[in-house]
Amino acid sequence: MEILVCIKRVPDTSENEIQIEGAGTDIARDDLVYSVNEPDNYAVEEALQIVGRTGGSVTVVTVGGEEDEEVLRREMAMGATRGVLISDDSFQGSDGRGIAAILKAFVQRGHYDLILTGVQADGGCAQVGGMLAALLDYPFASLVTSIEVLEGRKLKIGREIEGGGKEINAIDLPCVLSIQTGINEPRYVGMRGIRQIASVPIPTLGAAELGVETELVGAIAAKVKRTGYFVPAAGKGAEMLAGSREEVVEKLMDLLKAKGGLN
Amino acid sequence: MARIFAYIVHKSGVPDDTAAELPVAARKIDPTQPCTAIVTGWGADLDRVCESLRGSYSEIWKIAKEPLAYPNAALVRKALLSVVPAGSIVLVPHAHFGVDLSPGLSIRMDAAYLPDVVDIEGVEADWLKAVRQEFGGQVSAHMRCNLSTGAVLNIRPGAFRPSEGPAAAGQIVDKTADVGALTARRRYLETAAAEMGDVDIAKEPVLISIGRGIGEQENIAIAEDLAEAMGAAVSCSRPVVDAKWMDKSRQVGSSGQTVRPKVYLACGISGSFQHLAGIKGNPFIVAINKNPKAPIFRVAEVGIVDDLLEFLPALAARVREESCVPGKERQRS
Amino acid sequence: MQESIDSIAGAWFWLIRGRDLFLFLHLLGLACFGYIVTRRLTPLLRAQRDFRFDRPLARLGKVLQFWLAQWRHPRYRFAGTIHILIFAGFLLLASRAFAVLAMGISDRFAGESGGLYSAIRDYASTVVFLCMAIAIVRRLAFAPARYGRRSADAIFLLALIAILMAADGAFEGSLAAFHARQGGAAMLLPPLSLPWLFKAVFASATLMALVNLHLGAYLTHEVTFFFLLCYRPFGIQFHVETSLFAIYFSKLDRGTVKPVRWGVADEQLDAVPSFGVKKIEDFTWKHLLDFYSCADCGRCADHCPANAAGRPLSPRALSIKTRDYLFRHYPVFGASTDGMPLAGGLYSEDELWSCTTCGACEAECPLLVEYIDKIVDLRRGLVDDGKAPQALHKPLKSLESRGNPFGKMEKKRADWAQGAVRILNGGGSADTLYFVDSITSYDDRIQSIGRATARILASLGENFGILGAKERDSGHDVRRFGEEMLFQALRDHNAENIRASGVRRIVTADPHAYNALKHDYKDMPRVEHVSQAIARAVSTGQIRLNAVENGVFTYHDPCYLGRHNGIYDDPREVLDAIPGLHRVEMPRCRDRSFCCGGGGLALFYEAKEEQRMGVLRVRMAADAGASVVVTACPFCMVNIEDAIKVAGLEGQMTAIDLAELVDRQMVVGHASACPV
Repeated sequence: MEILVCIKRVPDTSENEIQIEGAGTDIARDDLVYSVNEPDNYAVEEALQIVGRTGGSVTVVTVGGEEDEEVLRREMAMGATRGVLISDDSFQGSDGRGIAAILKAFVQRGHYDLILTGVQADGGCAQVGGMLAALLDYPFASLVTSIEVLEGRKLKIGREIEGGGKEINAIDLPCVLSIQTGINEPRYVGMRGIRQIASVPIPTLGAAELGVETELVGAIAAKVKRTGYFVPAAGKGAEMLAGSREEVVEKLMDLLKAKGGLN
Repeated sequence: MARIFAYIVHKSGVPDDTAAELPVAARKIDPTQPCTAIVTGWGADLDRVCESLRGSYSEIWKIAKEPLAYPNAALVRKALLSVVPAGSIVLVPHAHFGVDLSPGLSIRMDAAYLPDVVDIEGVEADWLKAVRQEFGGQVSAHMRCNLSTGAVLNIRPGAFRPSEGPAAAGQIVDKTADVGALTARRRYLETAAAEMGDVDIAKEPVLISIGRGIGEQENIAIAEDLAEAMGAAVSCSRPVVDAKWMDKSRQVGSSGQTVRPKVYLACGISGSFQHLAGIKGNPFIVAINKNPKAPIFRVAEVGIVDDLLEFLPALAARVREESCVPGKERQRS
Repeated sequence: MQESIDSIAGAWFWLIRGRDLFLFLHLLGLACFGYIVTRRLTPLLRAQRDFRFDRPLARLGKVLQFWLAQWRHPRYRFAGTIHILIFAGFLLLASRAFAVLAMGISDRFAGESGGLYSAIRDYASTVVFLCMAIAIVRRLAFAPARYGRRSADAIFLLALIAILMAADGAFEGSLAAFHARQGGAAMLLPPLSLPWLFKAVFASATLMALVNLHLGAYLTHEVTFFFLLCYRPFGIQFHVETSLFAIYFSKLDRGTVKPVRWGVADEQLDAVPSFGVKKIEDFTWKHLLDFYSCADCGRCADHCPANAAGRPLSPRALSIKTRDYLFRHYPVFGASTDGMPLAGGLYSEDELWSCTTCGACEAECPLLVEYIDKIVDLRRGLVDDGKAPQALHKPLKSLESRGNPFGKMEKKRADWAQGAVRILNGGGSADTLYFVDSITSYDDRIQSIGRATARILASLGENFGILGAKERDSGHDVRRFGEEMLFQALRDHNAENIRASGVRRIVTADPHAYNALKHDYKDMPRVEHVSQAIARAVSTGQIRLNAVENGVFTYHDPCYLGRHNGIYDDPREVLDAIPGLHRVEMPRCRDRSFCCGGGGLALFYEAKEEQRMGVLRVRMAADAGASVVVTACPFCMVNIEDAIKVAGLEGQMTAIDLAELVDRQMVVGHASACPV
């Protein structure tokens, strides 16, 4: 099975405190550490496990610039056979639909049975996978937590739904799936693996090679734009309890008793 | 201004809370027009849903087809495309179904898509001004969304509080006939129910909830100790389940359990909206977190900036003292 | 008839002359042994290289200390004494054994009696016999837990050695009885020796019977001797042959870990196709020799803290099952019968990640078997295959991107110092570098150790500074958890910055950093632990310490300060210099100190265990009557403070770092006050 995984390089938010820079046009990026978007990493691991059972190969692709190559290399060190960078000045400012259109042009150059994305990235939009599927006219499923390959170009997939249940679907290939975290336990990629990939060339494709429809990409085509970042006014927020730990515990005890928290 | 539709999510004949929230968002987009509900489904459940929507919507479009008995996003999309006029604005709750449906729907409608909207600021010429969050809720962003060819807007559940408005006396319009045969290359098979764990947190009145801030699996004992002292139960957020430290049945959130406690202690939980979406009934929320900027402090009633690994044992000790001497007057220092 | 008692070679054994029979038997036995040993050597020839042929004098020194003088044995008093007696007996009986063998072939070697050597050897064989009897009884009725359940084979071998001694005794005794009966020159036998006892027992036998007993004893001796010789390589008794080599080739460089491949420089590592041990031939020949040499005594497992905590690791079990695997995979007879993978098959992954590299096993083993290198090599193999435990992915990634396992920002690394400690910027600005390392830099609780250390160094008038944001994690435990390339990246970064700073000395309060800088890093200025600096200052009177009022103090030796680096006395001298300080010693102290639970990445690993090691340790402290545990390692501090809570000893016991204690008790005013 030939699997394509669309990945993204994002700031690592778990330890980073995201701050807004100056006027609010961007976040402060100087001290940020970047890595591959966590759900994308789960998607690559899932793809590797599938081809480990069925044969085939995994390709990883990202839309961005030179600095995004490092996540392609990391996923190649993990086991992906091929990494491709899609980069062009005209892609700047693309909205989700623009990115999906770019990826669609790439998909159509190759032959992929299955396309995976992570469920969402740093923007929290969770959109590119579904849009890509619709542009390609492939069936789509989001929040996938299990994949089983069936006979006859079909998959049996599980989706995460409210209340912790799992929705089981059958879906025809080729299709697009967005992968939820926790679907598997990704393998470790050590420094050594990355060093071994360091010298492998990563092809870069631009707008011309892809033959992408320019009306759909870039800032001019974007139907959704971000005009700035801000931190919302605190509003009422929580009443912060101050004092020594003993004092805070006392205050909290009073509140808990009043609210029925103590039996 | 285009017509605004609200897609109604429902289960077992009852509409989701978001059904009352979407019209509020719609009014902020265009206060002059009422928003139309669209409901898909089948049978008695669908009828019950439509009935109960009469109070909040003046017009309810009903699509009743057997393949839609279970909401398959691929089929729902086809159904919607058959009835929704081009250039319309469709509001969908941003949750498990919404992320499945909306991106593809927006492409098919050739409309703009704005996911997870938390606030709407108005419309300027063809552009909608709205607010989203990025980076796990750490920053907010002003967005502009072009409405000229329509839009699909996914609205964050709970972001728009339903208000007491006049009853709408809704009309149910059956649009089933406009929808043709529904087939798709994705077919619903069944739903596997979540495994019931040893504790049903949905029934607990007091929850000690732990998040990533608990640090290590071994530290969960600290929360369990406090829970024991307080007669409460321990629940958790997603990262704790992903790390396999607690069972999924303990997870509070949109992809976990929905809980309605009286008191909720959020310990080391940052406060992502997916987690908060699982807390209903407006409980007394106490947040304990080392990071004073954690988003949880915006929704909690009481906030404590401290190391939970130190604070919880101190609280547990104090709780035990109290229960040992019932009714004794405490001396305040 | 009469001559034949004095000549084995000439005697008739049924239809064969002694000389022919025993020539045949000896040659057969030697040939079998030679064949068996050759087969046993095969995997060693296929294994990885190991550079162990250097420094012959140092190696001979170890042979004299650990092999000849049995240095490790008395650590277990009773068993150790027995073994020393047995070993001494074997050495003393060596030439006797050859003499007896030769007797079967030629009369020139007919034994003499009455000399000093005869007396010595007769007593030696008696003592060995008695020791065998004691050992068998002990195994059957009083076996300590560490012996495990392998007694049947062990008892069989002990019995065979006893038979060997008895056969020799019967051989001598029957000869003496014969001469006595015959009225010839009496053989002087040492009283109460085996031959003496046999002579007494045979006193009333007929001459004929005595001849038969004599020949029979000889035959028994020969057969038993060669049986043992050929049987030993199939079990733990192989250590009789291999111990000399195992000890000669044992590791000379303490504290460091073997390179990924001997003979492959760091710069060439990218070309190595596979890291670590994945199949049995990936071990070095010395490690395979170690597996052969394990005597299954169980002393290592007895002291392994992971084992005590109920983790799935037992060093001895690791050796024995690998040895058995080698026996199956490279059998003496027949084809290989085992292709099981090592990690994930023979060893569970949890087993391999359970080790804290404390070194207690290596400190106990009488055969100097090495464990840490093997476990690190196996971990390297797992990491190479992407199998690092999930719980470690995040800290490893943080180490790579931020230089610390907590994911905190590099620029905040010196925030603990609150601006009061100089940050070194370029050459020549200070004599001494205080290498802080990650946990002391970032952990809220442990930062106070850093501040205390800085204040102490300032009061000593030291011209020192820290690397600040340029410092990365020392990488000590990154290496020991098998991520060698990440370790090298951290090491190279730190080494470059240390050299650029121009310091001539490094001080640290972190034993893991100390060990890394001293042994894992190359060409560094000399490294010292802060306890050494304090001890020096205390002995010269440069520091004066105020008295403590109360508390019973005990010092917990950190593994990487004590056992791995031999620094036991300096911290104790410091404590003893505090007036009024009442100090008690835990039974497991110094090189028998019990690991707190491990440092570095070990803090992040979620082990499957019944008890925390730290909890076991604080209970030991409580049993010793201590109310304050003093330690000199930030990881020990984290584990012990945690354990005090978990063990429910809060309020009864506290923990304090040596630097914190000295800082607290220090009489201020000796040198510049430092506002840290």
